[in-house]
Amino acid sequence: MDDMMLLTFLATLVGAAWRLATPLIFASIGEVFSERAGVLNIGLEGTMLVGAFCGFAAASATGNIPLGLLAGVAGGMLFGLVFAFFTITIKADQIVVGAALNLLGMGLTAFLFRTYYVSTGKGIDIAQPVHIPWLSDLPFLGEAFFRQNLIVYSTILAAILATLVLYRTSFGLTLRAVGEHPKAVDVAGRSVPGYRYAAVLVGTGFAGLGGAFLTLGHSNQFVEGMTSGRGFIALAVVVFARWSPIGAFFVSLLFGLFYALQLMLQAQASIVVPYQVLQALPYIMTIITLVVFRGKGAAPSKLGQPYEMR
Amino acid sequence: MSTRPFLRIDNIRKRFGPIVASDGVSLEIEEGEIHSLLGENGAGKSVLMSMICGMVRPDEGDIVYKGQPVSFASPRDAIRQRIGMVHQHFMLVPNLTVAENYILGQGSALSVISDMDKVHRKIRALSERYALDVRPDAIVEDLSVGEQQRVEILKVLFHGIDLLILDEPTAVLTPQETDRLLCLMSDLVKDGKTVVFISHKLDEVMRVSNRISVMRDGRVVHTVKVGETNARELARMMVGRDVRMELPRNPEPPGPIVLSVENLACRAENGIPAVRGVSFDVRAGEIVGIAGVSGNGQTELSLALSGLLPVDTGRVVLNGKEITGLDPAAINARSFSHIPEDRHKHGIVLPLSLSENTILQRYDQKPFATGGMLNGRVIAEHTRDLIKRFRVKSRDENQPIAALSGGNQQKLVVARELARNPDFILVNQLTRGIDIGAMEFVMEEMLKQRDSGRAILLISTELEELFAICDRILVMFHGGILGELPPDRTRLDELGLLMAGNKEQPAPAG
Amino acid sequence: MAEINQGVRETVNSQATHAFTHTLSRAAISALTPIAAVLVALAFGAALLSLNGFNGSDVVTVMVFGSFQDMRSVGEILLKATPLILIGAGLCVAFRCSIWNIGAEGQLYVGAIAATLVGTSIDGLSVWVHAPLVMLAGALAGAAWAGIAGYLKVRFQASEIVTTIMLNYIALILTSYLVTGPMRDASAAYPQSARLVREAWTPRLVTDLRLHIGILVALVLAVGLYIFLRRSSRGFALRVVGLNPHAARYAGMNVARNVMIAICISGAMAGLAGAFEVAGVTRRLYQNISPGYGFEGIAVALLAGNNPLAAILSGGLFATLRSGSEVLQITSQVPQVLVLVIQGIVILSVVAFAKLRDVLRIVA
Repeated sequence: MDDMMLLTFLATLVGAAWRLATPLIFASIGEVFSERAGVLNIGLEGTMLVGAFCGFAAASATGNIPLGLLAGVAGGMLFGLVFAFFTITIKADQIVVGAALNLLGMGLTAFLFRTYYVSTGKGIDIAQPVHIPWLSDLPFLGEAFFRQNLIVYSTILAAILATLVLYRTSFGLTLRAVGEHPKAVDVAGRSVPGYRYAAVLVGTGFAGLGGAFLTLGHSNQFVEGMTSGRGFIALAVVVFARWSPIGAFFVSLLFGLFYALQLMLQAQASIVVPYQVLQALPYIMTIITLVVFRGKGAAPSKLGQPYEMR
Repeated sequence: MSTRPFLRIDNIRKRFGPIVASDGVSLEIEEGEIHSLLGENGAGKSVLMSMICGMVRPDEGDIVYKGQPVSFASPRDAIRQRIGMVHQHFMLVPNLTVAENYILGQGSALSVISDMDKVHRKIRALSERYALDVRPDAIVEDLSVGEQQRVEILKVLFHGIDLLILDEPTAVLTPQETDRLLCLMSDLVKDGKTVVFISHKLDEVMRVSNRISVMRDGRVVHTVKVGETNARELARMMVGRDVRMELPRNPEPPGPIVLSVENLACRAENGIPAVRGVSFDVRAGEIVGIAGVSGNGQTELSLALSGLLPVDTGRVVLNGKEITGLDPAAINARSFSHIPEDRHKHGIVLPLSLSENTILQRYDQKPFATGGMLNGRVIAEHTRDLIKRFRVKSRDENQPIAALSGGNQQKLVVARELARNPDFILVNQLTRGIDIGAMEFVMEEMLKQRDSGRAILLISTELEELFAICDRILVMFHGGILGELPPDRTRLDELGLLMAGNKEQPAPAG
Repeated sequence: MAEINQGVRETVNSQATHAFTHTLSRAAISALTPIAAVLVALAFGAALLSLNGFNGSDVVTVMVFGSFQDMRSVGEILLKATPLILIGAGLCVAFRCSIWNIGAEGQLYVGAIAATLVGTSIDGLSVWVHAPLVMLAGALAGAAWAGIAGYLKVRFQASEIVTTIMLNYIALILTSYLVTGPMRDASAAYPQSARLVREAWTPRLVTDLRLHIGILVALVLAVGLYIFLRRSSRGFALRVVGLNPHAARYAGMNVARNVMIAICISGAMAGLAGAFEVAGVTRRLYQNISPGYGFEGIAVALLAGNNPLAAILSGGLFATLRSGSEVLQITSQVPQVLVLVIQGIVILSVVAFAKLRDVLRIVA
């Protein structure tokens, strides 16, 4: 590879990494909210699938992508409501409920897809890259950073907004307190279950959005199980990111890089490594992440525990 | 003083299930006084104050505050009425800054946090005024316990109060910090505030209070002005009665040393030093008691002895062999029995049956197991035998232990630990939460064990229990052993003074 | 004092009677919970079908009873029940020890890979040696794969939920690599391994059915694990660790070792299930050898209340529903994935009814 080719390769790689990171960015930012309030949602995978399907269904009915995204968020939140009811109101084990919702999300979306869409085989028009005058035409940099669609750009907005809400509003302050010392929140006169519901809904809304991106901004079709573990990887991203939205953004980008590398190297005929090794990269990195960046220090101390009021 | 009390509590009752926490409490607090609530653990002091600050609602009775009957649905209502409480367990979120903790729950949930500078300024001003040395931008978890308490007190002042309730505030403080706190209380009163000070340390109470109310068994039994009483009288009021139980003592002198502890130090799970260089011996055929207000390192001492908490320095020698740093399995195997303080956490597995709970340590040993399989018949027979011998009231040995009363659960734990034929028995809170019948039984059982030559270390906050069966009593205070008293030559009040950290021996009573 | 004792005795007596009737009603409620959970899930499935233009009553008539047509179809149900019982019973052990092994699917695949290796690379052994060897290889591989997650948990406190799921994907990718690469049967058009030698095949139970002796192995092991949990010292320690790790430490149990044992047992059972799929059903390794048995096993264990003996029944039930859903797909074009929905609802209902039971217990 000469220098020009390498630069082109890198530019394409960075551009693809950001695109592929987008669903992870949304899902992990959402999960930061959820976990900061003490709720561990391992049902993220199923929730993302619901978002992907709802987004696809709404967009294919109306042809309207923003509406599709909204439907994805709404579908995710509906799923989140079920999760919240079982884990917060009934105080059931968060892991068991999450596992059930993953099965349900997988099953429901596949069932509805096969019932209504599989025979049509029709795709949808997905969000197109926006052309930014001058910037998009920059050599290399344009390809890397300025030829994305609006959903991808909005990840920056999401990370900034999430940070502001979490650290600069009364809501965010209380949310962070709920995961650490719910009793203190109770004594200060705020409803712990209320905040946990809100956190789960924000989290699953984002997960739904991340899922919807898969069908509306990436592939133009719904595919059964198309999230392929992204919901679970998002859980590891949150650990690596030390429960910070900005951290979640950059860690997701790193994972996006693994995805992109895998796709692009697969296309390179000269590569001797079997493509499956590359395929496994995000999953292996997830495990390594958990081992290397362990440490309970940063985890909300009441993560996974229901709150018992006296 | 005015005829209308600042706060009047009238015949308050509160039950938690079968436990009566407040049994018709009446109390009057005057404006501008420091009123101390004195009483042993479980006398009902904290519950009473939780009702005044809106955390717990009384079943019966009235609270009249500034002449108005009040009924608080939540702590927020109490804060609005300018009542603030500093809890024994701090209500501070560890990963937030001091200022963030102060504005938690204030204003609209949707509001943007702005003007933190103003909040910081207000905190600094208050901090300077009361010389509390609180930095508004410090993260709470980086602060020491003493600093956190100052943060907690300043939080209440920040919210604006007329009545401040301090629940056992000195339990976690060093003597120097305690001095500062007592000064602060006086300063607050000078500023027109009223203070309720919950404590069971006599010297502190004597130093700062205007009046003192003594609580016992969910009631206020006495209210006195501080000038009209002395520490000895208060100690007697607090404990209530002289020892009634007269159990036979062993006239035999104790045998050789079984357990020897040398300069032992360890930290609590949160990393704070809890046991600071403790040394003592326990001989065969004697019961050594450790008295002390809870939270003075007794819990950590017993966990360290049994291998559940790492030892920082020092040695533990059992039967001439060092057991420091061994794991619980190895210590269990060396004739060491442990009746733990927290029955539900360590002592038993609630959903399991009586049978299963009796073999907790010996589940893989003969005769309870052969070839890796449990011998159901042997275990059942053994359990039935223990149930009979220790008069454990239960349906049968297959009943889940959760279904038993606390006293019967404790009897089974005692039975299990004694059945292991130990040379040394570590007991932490022998009679906590159990009824009189069971209490008498397990105490007699301990004496039998002593008479048969076992060495027993009995850690307890129940003075009666210690006086009834111990041969000598060590007093633990702030992680160290403050003194030793023979139970037959001393009186309750002297022990009470030692437990309060008061090292001067009072004049022997005539 | 005598009066007090009398009073105490009376309270205790009435408590004992109360406790006895209580246990009876509790046993009744315990048995009803899974039944009610299944009924709720079926009702949900029926509603889902009706709402989407299918015949809702098909859920009961076809899904539950539709596959009981002849010996052959019953054999097919039992064939599907085999991995479900194996995995479900194994997960009961892990869940009893409070280990959330969500990775049975991956452990199944690794077991299948190991079985294929042993079944294709060795020749000339007697069936009495080779067939059991294949099973053993599967079980060991599954245990080792699960053991990775166990080790990461006890050594680095890495959440086994995430690691087992990641290991699922890695196992699937590994399988895909092997059947398209080193283990590929070059003569075949479709990516698949070579065929296992005949001696490595799991013997059939009845000559003209696909059903193999795996079902018997599954039944024996489920009973064995039940006895292990209830009657063995090790099983006892596992349960204590799962119920109260503090008390386990106090009693001198090695928490880390028990966690490793529990997760490896569940992994071995899943690996064995994988070995049977290859050696008993397909005879070759394929990319998609499992239709999600590893995940279904979670529902099997939870419905069984983590009791390996009950996992036989719940495994049989889920196998019936799976077979029924295949019939339903053929007769009424109902997507077979309906089964996943029912599994999810079963778990949620079990959880909800268990909580309801607690509430009733407190009220009563």
